[in-house]
Amino acid sequence: MKKTAVLPLTWMLVVYLFLYLPIVVLVVYSFNDSRMVTLWGGWTLKWYGAVFHDQELIRALLLSLKVALATATTSVLLGTLAAFALVRYRHFAGKSLLNFMINIPLVMPTVVIALALLLFFVTVQKSFGYPQKGFFTIYIGHTVMAISYAAVVIQSRLKEMDRSIEEAAMDLGARPFQVFALVTLPSISQSLVSAWLLAFSLSLDEVVISAFLSGPGATTLPVVIFSRARLGLSPTINVVGAITVYLVIIAVAVSSLLMARRERQRARQVAAALRHDADETSQPFGTRLMTAEGR
Amino acid sequence: MDEKKPVPLTKPRRAWNWGRQLVIGIPQVWLLAFLLLPFLILLKISVSETNELGVGFDPLMSFAQETLQVHMRFSPYLALLRDSLYVVTYLYSLWWAFLTTVLCLIIGYPFAYFIARSRPTVRSGLLMLVMLPFWTSFLIRIYAWKNLLDINGLINQFLLWTGIIHEPLQMLFTNFSFMIGMVYGYIPFMILPLYATLVKMDHRLVEAAMDLGSTPLKTFWLVTVPLSKSGIIAGSLLVFIPAVGEYVIPELLAGPSTLNIGRVMWNEFFLNLDWQRASAVAIVMIVLILLPIAVFNKYQTKSLEGAR
Repeated sequence: MKKTAVLPLTWMLVVYLFLYLPIVVLVVYSFNDSRMVTLWGGWTLKWYGAVFHDQELIRALLLSLKVALATATTSVLLGTLAAFALVRYRHFAGKSLLNFMINIPLVMPTVVIALALLLFFVTVQKSFGYPQKGFFTIYIGHTVMAISYAAVVIQSRLKEMDRSIEEAAMDLGARPFQVFALVTLPSISQSLVSAWLLAFSLSLDEVVISAFLSGPGATTLPVVIFSRARLGLSPTINVVGAITVYLVIIAVAVSSLLMARRERQRARQVAAALRHDADETSQPFGTRLMTAEGR
Repeated sequence: MDEKKPVPLTKPRRAWNWGRQLVIGIPQVWLLAFLLLPFLILLKISVSETNELGVGFDPLMSFAQETLQVHMRFSPYLALLRDSLYVVTYLYSLWWAFLTTVLCLIIGYPFAYFIARSRPTVRSGLLMLVMLPFWTSFLIRIYAWKNLLDINGLINQFLLWTGIIHEPLQMLFTNFSFMIGMVYGYIPFMILPLYATLVKMDHRLVEAAMDLGSTPLKTFWLVTVPLSKSGIIAGSLLVFIPAVGEYVIPELLAGPSTLNIGRVMWNEFFLNLDWQRASAVAIVMIVLILLPIAVFNKYQTKSLEGAR
């Protein structure tokens, strides 16, 4: 038994090392006090200072955040409509076309989508003089991508939703819109939040579409990072990368703390309910459950 | 209409239809305008002729002297066929994507299997550790490999220190670093569907095979692998399809001589400014990617029928 466990453990360790080593090295090198990025020259915080004074990075970050907010919000709105149409309406003109269009961005390489959108915007601009490459074009490009992911997330929730509550509301005389706003929307709200977050992070991370659609004065953070990373190793990118790692760690820590607290609260409530039960019915059964819960 | 079904008591039928039209129409119009139309323009540009000024394109159709003339220039496509560089690049892109898929499968399958077979209490934690790096930026994680693979990078320093090598190895900008980046970027897409099927697998079947005297290897090949077929196919497609059109990873980690179709398209557009050819390259790429999806759809409908 012990002999067979060695191979799985080493395999798993090697894969985890493969997954985490580059990230750890990136964080460590972000403190490297040496002009040669990969040669160790002692600890320093000077690159962090440099990043916070890098106007190009800050401007790009602000545009990225603006685009991501707009993209996430639009994607959830349109993605909800598309998901609702696809899940709830059995037949309508162009249903398979809508389904097809929702699925294209999930499988098309982003270079192809980016080129198509760029040629589209160039054509439109030639005829109407608008839009200039910048916030608007990047925002539309990101939303084309993100709607699909949002629609997939919301669709899967809508499919598993219990429709009898909606029917009950209908029977009680609610209008379709009331049913949607007061019953459907609250019960899919969790998926709307995760779709929003997914679209937001997709937008923040998108390189290729942004690179095609950004103009000279308006680029997003990934495009700036990408163009610097192409040139070679750079301490500022190590710092930007390290900061994103810190943000992920903080987010994970906060969410797991919140989840643990909610779990404890639930356990307490269950234990209290069981105690109440136990007082009224058989004592040993209740205590047995309580110890199981308290563990 | 099915006559047996009771007619629904929808009084505000008109209002409902109006809302219904909006629910369907808004995303439909939006996607038609910003997704389908751009692809049609891409298709159009790939077969159109630049006008004399060289800044625009002649219309595809013209009506003059009572004849409808359709101008479609297929020279970009013919150029793709004639110039062996493009054909070779397409084949190489497919090859790199295939190699990435196989490597992800070889590394990811045992890994997913071990997670699925681990104790349920640690399982979600182990899976979480796979997802975690996924949440930091893709671009940053690919860039991070440069720190490791650089000629002065950590791997070279380590190998020099241990005395395995005496000269630093040129690992960055080779096919080796390219494949490392590809496997690194895509392996979660392989592990997650594999895990999902392996964790649902009935392990009693494996035990039964062993009890009947099958060797572990034979059991694995004849029981475990067939049972996880759907996970293998899903994971392979999730890796293969995006890997064909990958642009960022080759640009950051592969050498300039590594042939990749995404880079070729980018260069045709931004360096050679040959829009028609770039569009043609993209159209052919679409066709190449739609093929495995069509195969997948066929398989899926077949397996759905089999399940019935």
